[in-house]
Amino acid sequence: MPKLTIDGHEIEVEAGTSIIQAAEQLGIEIPRFCYHDKLSVPANCRMCLVEVSPGPPKPQASCALACGEGMVVQTQSEMVKKARKGVMEFLLINHPLDCPICDQGGECDLQDQSVAYGFDRSRYTETKRAVKNKNIGPLIKTIMTRCIQCTRCVRFGEEVAGMNELGLLNRGENVEIGTFIETAVSTELSGNMIDICPVGALTSAPYTFTARPWELKKTETIDVMDAVGSNIRVDSRGNEVMRVLPRLNEDVNEEWISDKTRFAYDGLKYQRLDRPYIRKDGKLTAVSWDEALAFTAAKLKGVDGKEIAAVAGDLVDVESVVALKDLMKGLGSSHMDCRPDGTKFEIQSRADYLFNTGIADIEQADAILLIGTDPRHEAPLINARIRKTWLQSKVKVGLIGTPVELTYPYEHIGTSPEDLESLTRARSGFAKILKDAKNPVVIVGTGALRHTDGYDVHALAKQYAMKIGAGFNVLHVAAGRVGALDVGFVPQKGGYDIFKMVNAGKKDKLKAVYLLGVDELDTRAAFGTETFMIYQGHHGDNGARHADVIFPGAAYTEKNALYVNTEGRVQQAKRAVFPVGDAKEDWTILRALSEKMGKTLPYNTHQELRNRIFKEFPHLAQLNTKPIEALVASEHTASVGNKAFQRVVTNFYQTDPISRASVTMTKCVEAFIAADQPMLDAAE
Amino acid sequence: MKPHVLNAEHQPESFEFTKANKEEIKDILSRYPAGKQKSAVMPLLDLVQKQVAEEGAQANPPYGGWIPRAAMDVIADIIGEPPMKVYEVATFYTMYKLAPLGKFNIQVCGTTPCWLRGSKDIQGACEKHLGIKTGESTKDGMFSLEEVECLGACVNAPMIQVNKDDYFEDLTPERMVEILDMLKAGKRDEIPVGSQIGRKNSMAITGATTLKTTANDTKPAKKPVAKKTPAKKGKVKK
Repeated sequence: MPKLTIDGHEIEVEAGTSIIQAAEQLGIEIPRFCYHDKLSVPANCRMCLVEVSPGPPKPQASCALACGEGMVVQTQSEMVKKARKGVMEFLLINHPLDCPICDQGGECDLQDQSVAYGFDRSRYTETKRAVKNKNIGPLIKTIMTRCIQCTRCVRFGEEVAGMNELGLLNRGENVEIGTFIETAVSTELSGNMIDICPVGALTSAPYTFTARPWELKKTETIDVMDAVGSNIRVDSRGNEVMRVLPRLNEDVNEEWISDKTRFAYDGLKYQRLDRPYIRKDGKLTAVSWDEALAFTAAKLKGVDGKEIAAVAGDLVDVESVVALKDLMKGLGSSHMDCRPDGTKFEIQSRADYLFNTGIADIEQADAILLIGTDPRHEAPLINARIRKTWLQSKVKVGLIGTPVELTYPYEHIGTSPEDLESLTRARSGFAKILKDAKNPVVIVGTGALRHTDGYDVHALAKQYAMKIGAGFNVLHVAAGRVGALDVGFVPQKGGYDIFKMVNAGKKDKLKAVYLLGVDELDTRAAFGTETFMIYQGHHGDNGARHADVIFPGAAYTEKNALYVNTEGRVQQAKRAVFPVGDAKEDWTILRALSEKMGKTLPYNTHQELRNRIFKEFPHLAQLNTKPIEALVASEHTASVGNKAFQRVVTNFYQTDPISRASVTMTKCVEAFIAADQPMLDAAE
Repeated sequence: MKPHVLNAEHQPESFEFTKANKEEIKDILSRYPAGKQKSAVMPLLDLVQKQVAEEGAQANPPYGGWIPRAAMDVIADIIGEPPMKVYEVATFYTMYKLAPLGKFNIQVCGTTPCWLRGSKDIQGACEKHLGIKTGESTKDGMFSLEEVECLGACVNAPMIQVNKDDYFEDLTPERMVEILDMLKAGKRDEIPVGSQIGRKNSMAITGATTLKTTANDTKPAKKPVAKKTPAKKGKVKK
């Protein structure tokens, strides 16, 4: 534990801490370009120079110098100031003066630091160099003349994303970042290179020339594109979402987000449901709220509760699910399910459907078993954690399921539930690795639970995890799933689950179905032609197409709502913009309908609804904490077949109504997926 | 120094090491501790260049040693690194050639001592005789010309290096042209390596100034026949 003095402040730090980190702990700012606390240290920008004694009488790079006992560091001395000015002048030699037309303007490290630490004028009169722009796909716009060769993007690709297409080519004044052979950068995390680029060399292509950072209203909220619950900041201007950026949360997404989270926001502008519709003579017709609610109430009047069912979809928030559950209870129905994708598992405690190990604690794992999951496409940030763990400690990973390219090596054990069963009985191979591991982790994916043997696979995996003392984890893909399970939106006593509902629907035993954001299901085919279908959601997608009544709701950026991520962490989404047109926040629609039907729900404000939720489900009041739930042993005797697990996410860029409506995501499909699957070309 | 660009029209589809070189690779890899085989990237790149040079010497028209992209991909496979890592190394060093060049790569040293002793004239003689500019190759595939930084033979400046190892020192423009003609005529072996004026190694041009006698040799060392420095004719003012 070396003790040192920085600018007269004494600090004791852990051995191996660099001076720049120690200064950060003290709140002393040291300018930097190449240093990034999540990446390796190349020390090539030289901006973080400080004066250190004892030592050679020259400035030292504080990012690459470990703290030593008794060091005296000066970050504001004359020598340091002069050195920084010199470095700044060199960096600006070849940097163009195009800040007025640069998208980084206003949030540019080079701009800010040149104001704070540079000269006020240039002495350079020779010609500047120009670098050819690189084409690295539809998400990132490159203006390589602005690049200062900090290599953050190269290191991010290598270390976090597991993508090695980018590199530093040539040398001296010819040095440039490039791919050498032209290729699109194929990683689900590429957008993060825009954030870490300290200059305007890599900027967001869809955001180009649309807004300046100081014009934007910044709302800190939660992402729903996957079940990780990434912490994001939504930047809006007027009532338009202009961009989405990550927020730092070490326990969830660190400071990265996936490309879908970052770039699918333009889907919020297209295909929106902005007015209520009812089906008149087979055609959907726009009507007023009053008419739509009255029409629905009239249709449901006199229908026996046993003939009404409700399904909650993938992007639903906790509030609206509770309101829907209360409404269904009021109508006397016990048919409700929040798993329209047909996943099946035994629920004895919350631990049965949570990612119990926690995302951050994956880093402690020394053996990981993936069952029916492809974390790279189902939850890129969890995959990035596994890669991080692999880089740090060479964690051993085994996969049962479709072999896919993850960003780390793994052992492919098998493809079907039978292979899992034989693994649980095996004593050698990967079973031995798991048994000998100190912190083994079992991750069961949606692909395993959707399997016809899903119920048995879940029980088998759980029993095996308990036997070897492994962390048992379920990796969901739907952001609303855990929240809906938490409030018990599952078949009540004697109620139908999704399979029974479909059966009943086909036999015309269901008179009405309430579909809350159900878009991943062909509803008309599932529930039959005679069933009266009420769809509530924000996009004109699969669910709205077949509905008899459409209630326009709010997307995740448009409501204050609770979401529970796959770990069981309750997080609060904040409203960044208002719902479009006549659309309303989802729980208010259900509240209004209940009033029209004479079964008024007992809450008038959002706070009253929250209070009602917290009273029945007190664990949901624990915001931003990962719960610790105990597993209950399963008595179920599993018997499984040899049908292979299927991939859940085959098209990463379009998994929900928002990303399906997004133009940017469509371009990504063309650039990254269609190239690999010529069949999609033929379909266009 | 010109940045490396990929000369796509000349890229061969594939590359394979010869049988002898495959043995050589095993030897090269064994020089590094287990798990550190990626350090072999530089000798392997060199090996490619050597192999291509051997093939090029037999070809018609001939060409010199260079590294095709396919070969870099093969190296990446051998050392178990992404291809980008090999490209980075190959583009960093100027002596790895990433585009085809002539059978004889004339590298004229242009650093200060050579420059003071007339390297610009040597370069000019090459350009004039070969009909190309520095950085270009002749159409018959025989010669490429480039200016390089100090090659460490300053004592015998000006000098050139041909291909990988051959140094020709103490040059005059006339001698330079002779060397080019001899190379073209396939008389490489008739050109003495090193000083072209008979000087031994880097001995002073006027002959030995120290160590004139050795323990075994009591006689004074024979004075080398130093070529007269081309003194200016004409009257010298006293």
